[in-house]
Amino acid sequence: MTINPSGWRPERALAANDENEGGGTFTGNRALMLEEKLIFEIGDSKSCGVDFDDVPEVASRLGGLERSAPIGLPGLSEPETVRHYTRLSRQNYAIDLGLFPLGSCTMKHNPRLNERMARLPGFADVHPLQPAETVQGAYELIHVLGQWLIKLTGMNSVAMSPKAGAHGELCGLLAIRSALEARGDARKVVLVPESAHGTNPATAAFCGYSVETIPATKAGRVDRAALEGRLAPDVAAVMITNPNTCGLFEREMVEICEAVHAAGALVYCDGANFNAIVGRVRPGDLGIDAMHINLHKTFSTPHGGGGPGAGPVVFSAALSPFAPLPFVEKTGDTYILVEEETADEDHSRSFGRMAAFHGQMGMFTRAASYMMSHGADGLRQVAEDAVLNANYILRQLEDVLDAPFGESGPCMHEALFSDEGLAEGLSTMDIAKGLIDEGFHPMTMYFPLVVHGAMLIEPTETESKASLDQFIGALRSVAERARAGDLSLKAAPFYAPRRRLDETAAARKPILTWRDATPAE
Amino acid sequence: MRYLPLSDTDRTSMLASIGAPSIDALFTDVPEAARLSGVIEDLPLHASELSVERQLKALASKNLVAGEVPFFIGCGAYRHHIPASVDHIIQRGEFLTSYTPYQPEIAQGTLQVLFEFQSQVARLYGCDVANASMYDGSTACWEAIGMARRITRRSKAVLSAGLHPHYVSLCDTMAKFTGDTLVTADPVLTDGAPGDDMARLLAAIDGETSCVVVQNPNIFGHVADLSELADACHAKGALLVAVVTEPVALGAIKSPGEMGADIVVGEGQSIGVGLNFGGPYVGLFACNEKHVRQMPGRLCGETVDAAGQRGYVLTLSTREQHIRREKATSNICTNAGLCALAFTVHMSLLGEAGLRKLASVNHARAVLAAERLAQVPGVELVNGAFFNEFTLRLSKEARPVVKTLAARGILGGVALGRLYPKLEGLANGLVVAVTETTSEEDVEQLASALEEALA
Repeated sequence: MTINPSGWRPERALAANDENEGGGTFTGNRALMLEEKLIFEIGDSKSCGVDFDDVPEVASRLGGLERSAPIGLPGLSEPETVRHYTRLSRQNYAIDLGLFPLGSCTMKHNPRLNERMARLPGFADVHPLQPAETVQGAYELIHVLGQWLIKLTGMNSVAMSPKAGAHGELCGLLAIRSALEARGDARKVVLVPESAHGTNPATAAFCGYSVETIPATKAGRVDRAALEGRLAPDVAAVMITNPNTCGLFEREMVEICEAVHAAGALVYCDGANFNAIVGRVRPGDLGIDAMHINLHKTFSTPHGGGGPGAGPVVFSAALSPFAPLPFVEKTGDTYILVEEETADEDHSRSFGRMAAFHGQMGMFTRAASYMMSHGADGLRQVAEDAVLNANYILRQLEDVLDAPFGESGPCMHEALFSDEGLAEGLSTMDIAKGLIDEGFHPMTMYFPLVVHGAMLIEPTETESKASLDQFIGALRSVAERARAGDLSLKAAPFYAPRRRLDETAAARKPILTWRDATPAE
Repeated sequence: MRYLPLSDTDRTSMLASIGAPSIDALFTDVPEAARLSGVIEDLPLHASELSVERQLKALASKNLVAGEVPFFIGCGAYRHHIPASVDHIIQRGEFLTSYTPYQPEIAQGTLQVLFEFQSQVARLYGCDVANASMYDGSTACWEAIGMARRITRRSKAVLSAGLHPHYVSLCDTMAKFTGDTLVTADPVLTDGAPGDDMARLLAAIDGETSCVVVQNPNIFGHVADLSELADACHAKGALLVAVVTEPVALGAIKSPGEMGADIVVGEGQSIGVGLNFGGPYVGLFACNEKHVRQMPGRLCGETVDAAGQRGYVLTLSTREQHIRREKATSNICTNAGLCALAFTVHMSLLGEAGLRKLASVNHARAVLAAERLAQVPGVELVNGAFFNEFTLRLSKEARPVVKTLAARGILGGVALGRLYPKLEGLANGLVVAVTETTSEEDVEQLASALEEALA
């Protein structure tokens, strides 16, 4: 039934399986579920939500380059802007709303103290190029956070400037390549297990290495025999995620590191899953050479719909001299920033600079606030509770979902299931979309690639038992429907702000920006 | 511990249901020698919210806050007023605590914001399309060089002497490993107009050149017409990569896209993000539609759902590492989502009228400040054209002068000697940024302090 013939807002679809569903509405809204058009459809080129103080007229010194043609940027008053983005916010799932079990992504609670601390003017309203004597507290914070990371990982030094996990991987590989080249040993190959995050092979290729894949064993771990069989003088490094993306600890990590070192290569550890072992294991004790730490995963800085992250990298003594510029150094009671200029004397082997300025300060403040809150004792409890929660989910659901590595022993921070046992025609995707109707964000789907139809569930330590039980009940119900062949799951979700979206159409004919035939006046 | 909901009773009952005798039993895959038996030493133990707040406030109080003193520092990060509503929106939990929108049906908020962001950036830069953000301007700059390499299948990039030295340094680092050739030159302070640099760039373009990288306004604040350079690039089959570190400038001057740039990248920090001591910022990345499949980073696109309603999804992900692995256009995964949101909200508050007004206020204040400072004995304005940042030549080396000013509580600009310690010819240069936050009183204080310092 079309109640809104002008069609200026999309008509709400009826939920196909709900007989009590009312008709469409005039606005397209349904109670608290509000439709919202694009800023380009509601704003215009004259409206503005900012007032300015007057300034005297001056003769332009723009060199005749004045921008005269319309830019096409819509504006709104402040109340309209606030309402527009508040309405949009309500179409998002978030940790603040419920359990967010994205495996390998670590969606834990984001303490609001972190936000308050990051906004202290002494951290937030400080310029990166201020003279050193005016930013001693900021340098000190970077130094203090670095010391936490060094001690928690048992490594020798830390590079704070990488901007996210993949940038950290790049940092680690550049240090490794520099160290190898310094000894006149140009090696060309990086080995990556097939269960690795996509960033690992992409990073290796990004800095000029060729990538070879190492298979996993049936128990979900790196095939050590295959790895050692491939070690040769052309292998520069092995990148290993530990705990790995199957949620398992690499039991033979020490032996693997020894074999890699014996072959003259180095070990890069992807520290994305450090949250499972923080306070219980120091990766440095396993023999690795470099590891990045995603502050937005282990140390609770917010994911913010995709970023920003921060990816400090800890190094072994062998790699430390090659760490990037700039970095903060403590000399006596003062902190200095070692940059290109000062590096010449004592740090001539640094591989150079990875980004402007010196790192994700706003993330450092948040992570420091989190670490200081937990303390060394609390962080250990973080790992224990994260692992306990994941094992609880694994064991509560393995009777309705296939757990391919359930026999391999306890999992770490995440539980992995496959699509085996689902009825013909139903897939991991359908279970995920069914979970949405139950009020949960789905798990990570189809990753890692070593498991068919993978479902990777990471509850994190910030979920209560009641919350876990509710999630387990919901997933059990959806899994049972999928096993029984309930094909209505193919059409899920029914109750989200949108029904299933057509990703194929989006890619076939990409519409990436707003195109208006008549620019806003 | 306030962030951990499990009680000891919960833990005991959950262990029992798992069938594990203890927590330690869950860590038995860890080699025995690497299992820590107790809490790591030499680190503090847990602390109350009040206690953490006190400790961090103590650190923060050791810093000189930009907003509390006369402040003139720019060079790649600019202090602008951010409306209160921007910070309010980005602290909404639905935005702050959501993830990359991999499940689009319950992430339309983030996705529609990204679509708006991409549309705003494309229009600001004068390009067809923009991505959903990079880490920052400097890393976006290197990604643009890589993209130009893939498009042209050439690997020689010619860099302007006016490109931010940190950006140059980053490109130098990466080129060592990727095998790209960088053609660079040292800047000179007599580049009153950027004419010398422009002539050098025009002469350097040849059949091997993948791209020319030019910053506008450049590190000295110079504003230049890039049209001739764009034509010269295209005549040789090369691309023009334009870098913009101060997006507010594009409310006043022609966009790089209008002047013929093929790829435009830059720092978005000025709009909505703040100084944050260097990060997190937001990298902007835009190009012509025909090159979109060589773009790095996430893209959001419009589509429809099963009921025919308009909606948004991440798209063209076959360029990206999680699908393409070692064949991806970049290794980037994380973007700057929350900073992109701040940019979008601020830009929506401004709109076209507000951005133009903001730019004109910046320019007017900068012109007045430049004229006032040039009257100080021993100070000479280097720039011909500029937007909100300009270079002064002092009668003395600038680094000690900056230090003297800081001791008087004035953050008076960036000494070129800090950015180019090896170039003695730049030692007397001082780059001064002036925005809508700079008052006439601030300028007077800088002028009189400079007069004393140079006397």
